[in-house]
Amino acid sequence: MTNPLLGGAKRRGVWFEYACLLATWSALFFLAVLLLVILWQGTSHLSWEFLTSFDDRITPEKAGMLAGLWGSFWLMILTILFAVPVGVGAAIYLEEYSADSRLARIIQVNLSNLAGVPSIVYGILGLTVFVRTFGIFSKGALVERLVGHHVEGLYFAFGLHIPLPLKTTVISGALTLSLLVLPVIIVATQEALRSVPPSIRHASLALGATRWQTIWRQVLPASLPGIITGIILSLSRAIGETAPLIMVGAATFLRATPGDIETPAQMLTNPQGVMNAPFDEYTAMPIMVYNWAKQAQRAYQDIASAGIIVLVVVLLAMNGLAIFIRNRSQQHLRW
Amino acid sequence: MEKLPTTSESIPTDGLFRRSSWSRFVESQIQNVMLLCASLSILTTVGIVFVLLNESVYNVTGGTAFFQEISPWKFLTGTKWHWDSGDFGVWPLLTSTLQVALIGGLVSIPLGLASAVYLSEYATPRTRRIIKPTLELLAGIPTVVYGYFALIFITPYVLRPLFGLVGLEVGVFNGLSAGIVVGIMIIPMVASLSEDAIRAVPQSLREAAYALGSNRFDVSARVVVPAAFSGIMAACLLAISRAIGETMAVVIAGGQNTSGLSVNPLREVFTMTSYIVNVSSSDVEAGSLEYKSLYAVALTLFCMTLTMNILSQWIMRRFRETYQ
Amino acid sequence: MPDSMTTEPQFSLTPPTVNRSENAPAPATQRKAKLEARRLNFFYGENQALFDISMQIPERAVTALIGPSGCGKSTFLRTFNRMNDIIEGTRHTGEVLLEGTNIYDPRVDVVALRKRVGMVFQKSTPFPKSIFDNVAYGPRVAGVRDRAKLAETVESCLLRAALWDEVKDRLHDSAMALSGGQQQRLCIARALATEPDVLLMDEPASALDPASTARVEDLIFDLKSNYTIVIVTHNMQQAARVSDHTGFFYQGNLVEFGGTQALFTKPREKQTEDYITGRFG
Repeated sequence: MTNPLLGGAKRRGVWFEYACLLATWSALFFLAVLLLVILWQGTSHLSWEFLTSFDDRITPEKAGMLAGLWGSFWLMILTILFAVPVGVGAAIYLEEYSADSRLARIIQVNLSNLAGVPSIVYGILGLTVFVRTFGIFSKGALVERLVGHHVEGLYFAFGLHIPLPLKTTVISGALTLSLLVLPVIIVATQEALRSVPPSIRHASLALGATRWQTIWRQVLPASLPGIITGIILSLSRAIGETAPLIMVGAATFLRATPGDIETPAQMLTNPQGVMNAPFDEYTAMPIMVYNWAKQAQRAYQDIASAGIIVLVVVLLAMNGLAIFIRNRSQQHLRW
Repeated sequence: MEKLPTTSESIPTDGLFRRSSWSRFVESQIQNVMLLCASLSILTTVGIVFVLLNESVYNVTGGTAFFQEISPWKFLTGTKWHWDSGDFGVWPLLTSTLQVALIGGLVSIPLGLASAVYLSEYATPRTRRIIKPTLELLAGIPTVVYGYFALIFITPYVLRPLFGLVGLEVGVFNGLSAGIVVGIMIIPMVASLSEDAIRAVPQSLREAAYALGSNRFDVSARVVVPAAFSGIMAACLLAISRAIGETMAVVIAGGQNTSGLSVNPLREVFTMTSYIVNVSSSDVEAGSLEYKSLYAVALTLFCMTLTMNILSQWIMRRFRETYQ
Repeated sequence: MPDSMTTEPQFSLTPPTVNRSENAPAPATQRKAKLEARRLNFFYGENQALFDISMQIPERAVTALIGPSGCGKSTFLRTFNRMNDIIEGTRHTGEVLLEGTNIYDPRVDVVALRKRVGMVFQKSTPFPKSIFDNVAYGPRVAGVRDRAKLAETVESCLLRAALWDEVKDRLHDSAMALSGGQQQRLCIARALATEPDVLLMDEPASALDPASTARVEDLIFDLKSNYTIVIVTHNMQQAARVSDHTGFFYQGNLVEFGGTQALFTKPREKQTEDYITGRFG
C-alpha cells in the first residue's frame, strides 16, 4: 500500500465484488426465508388427512386439499394432451420444414410476443372463448337462431355429455393453460431440435429416408430428453398458475373431485367418472391456496401454508425429474 | 477424355420417377398438419386481440362495446374509478399498477444486475453451476405463494417494525409489500437476461481493458456493463413489463383500494390486474358495463406490456447486431 | 508459397501398389458413363459455385475429385444425389444425368434417387443406435419389415464393408462406441444397405488415422468392381492410390479430367501441374 491511489482502486474493487456477492446472496437468502416461514407455519397441518379430505368452511382443522390435488391432476393431464402435440408439431414445422420462410419469421416474432402476454389476459381469452364462447349459445343468441332450438351441449354414447359452451369445467381451464404454455413448449422443443446435429439429418436423407422419416426416426428420438425436460418445466409453470384459472371460473370452494374420482384406484374402477371428469367442475391447488390465504382467520392462513408446501413439493419433484432426465441424456449422448 | 456411351439403354431408369402412393400422400400432408400447429400461435394472438377489441372497442358478436358507452377520453383521463356511479377513469388503476411496477423494478434491477455481474465476472464455474439454478427457483415459485408471503410475513414482520421506527403506519394490504415480492420474483429474469447481455460483450474488450492496467472492478463497472448497457436496458424493460402484468401477488397483498388515486405505497392499492380478478370473482353479469370494463382494462394492460416487449426486443436486436 | 516446391516431399507418381494392378480397370473407352454432368452451373444465392461443368463418370470405377478448399468439388459431388437441395437458396442450370435420366427432372423422386446414389460423409455420422439398427436403417425406411431379411442384409453389407469380423459379436451395441475408422466403415456399410449402384464419398478418410485410412482405401478398391464410386479428397496421394480417373477443380471450374496416372504424371494444364506439385492449395 505504498501507492495511495492504487490502494483506493483496490479497495473500491473489493467493495464492488462484495456488493455483487451480497446482492446474489440476498436473493437466495430471501428464498430461504420464504421456504422456512412456510415450513414453520404449515408443517403442523400436514397430514395424510390433509391430502385426502375436502375443504371445510367452518372448521379449518378439517380442511384438506383433495379436490385441488385431483383438479390440478386433471388440468395437467388435459394440458399435456392439448399442448404437447400442438407445441411439438409447431416446433417441428419451424425447425425442420419452414427453413427461414417469411411465415416462420412472423410466427417466431409472434411467439416471443405471446410469451410476454400477462397470464391474466390468457384468462380473459379463456373466459370469452371457452367458458362463454361469446355468448352465442345463450338463449335467443346466434346458435339458437341458426339451429332453431336452444343447444345445451352434445350428447354422445356411454353418457358422455359435452356442455356448450364449455362453461367452468376442467376442459376450459386446461385449454386456457394450454394456450398459456404453448409458446414455452414450442421454444423449448425448438431448442432441443436445434441441438441435434445437422449431420444426422443429412446422413438419414442420404440413405433415402423422407423428411418425415428422418424427423420421426432420428431427430425426435435424439431430442426427446430435451423435449421432455422442456415440457415438464413448462407444466411446472402451469401447475402454479392462479390468475387465469380464477378468470375461467375454477371454484374457490368445492367439496367434490372431477368425475368423483377420489383415489387412483378409481381411475380403473370408474371409467364413467374418467370420461366425465374433463366436463366437471373443479378447483386447483393454487386456487385453494389463494382462497385460504385471503380468509381473515389466522387458522386458514396456516392451512394455506400447508397447501403451499404440497404445491412446492410437487413443483420440486417436477423440476427434479426434469434435471434428472437432462443429466441422464447428457451422460448417454455426446455428439 | 473421349465420349463414353451412357448406360441408359441397358437399365430402365423410370424407377427414379415419383409414384403416387398412400404413404407419399401422408408424407406431404404431415407438413400441413405441422403448419397448422404453428399457426395456432398466430390464432392465439388474433384471438386475444379480437376478444379484447370486441368487448371494449367495437362489438361484432351482439351487444355494445365498452367504449361505445363510455368515452375513451374519459377512460384515459378520468381520475375516479367508481362503477356504481359510472366513473370509469383508468388513472387510479394505472397509478397503482405503475407504483407496484416501480417498486418491483427498484428491487429487481439492482439486485438482478449485481447478480449478473457476479455470476459472469466473479463467480467460479462451480459456484455458478450451483447458484444459477437456485436463483431460477425464485422464478419457479407460484406467484400466489409470493402474495401470501408478502401478506403474512413481509408486511407484519418486516415493514411494520421498520416503518414503526419512524412512526409511519403500514396497512394490512399495501403496495410496498406487493412491489417487493414482485421485484424478487423477477430477479432471476433480470439476472439471466443481463448475464446474457454481459456475456455477449466480446472477450477482447475485457482483455484490452486489462492490458491497460484496469482491475476487475474497472473492467466490469466501466467497460463491460456500459458495453452491455442496451442489452441490460432490454432486460429491465422486459422485467418491468412482467411486473405490470403480475397478478396474484398484488391481489393478495395489495388489497383493493377503491377510494381514488393511490400514491402512498404503505396503503392499499388497486392495480389493473387486481381489478380484473376482483370483477371476475364477483357475480357480475355478462354484458353489463362493469363486465365490459374488464376488457377495457385488459386491453390497456395488453397494450402496455406488448409495447414494452416489442421495444425490448427491438433494443435487444440492435444490441446483438453491435457485437456480431 | 511458390518456393516451397523444392523443399516439400514429393509423393510417388507411380501406380499405387503392385498387387492391385491385376484388378486395374479396363480402358475407359470400353466403359459406359454412369453419371454425367452437362453444362452444369450451380449457385448459392448470388454466388456461383460451379461454372459450366461437363463431365462423365465411368461406371464401376473410382473417380476422384481433387482441388483446393472451396473449389466446388464437394458441391459438385452433392449434385449427384441432390443433397444440395437441403440448402435454401441454391439453384442450378444444366443437367445431371444418372444413366441418361436427368435427376433434376421434376418427375424424379429424390428419395428414390438417394437410394440409388449412396453417400458417405467426411465426418462419420453413425446414428445414436445399435450397429444393427444403423445398417438396417436404409432398408427399414424403404419399408422392409422382415427381420430375417434385415439380418441377412446387415450381415452382407458389414461383410462387404470389411467390418463384420470386428462387430459380429456386438451387433446390438451402440454404434457410438466404435472407433473412428470403424464408424466410417459402418457408414459405408449403411450406405450399401440401400443397394445403390453409385457411392459418393466426401473426404471419407480425412478424419482418420493412417491405419484406418488404409483400411478404408482398401475397401474402396474392393468395392469398385460392383459400384461406381466418386470420391472427393484433398489428399492427392489418396487420389493417386485409389482412383482410376481424376478431375481437378479450381475455383468452380473443371480444369482437367482424365486417367489418374496420366493426370498425375503428365498434366495438360499448368494449373493442374502447379496444384499437384504443391505450388498452391
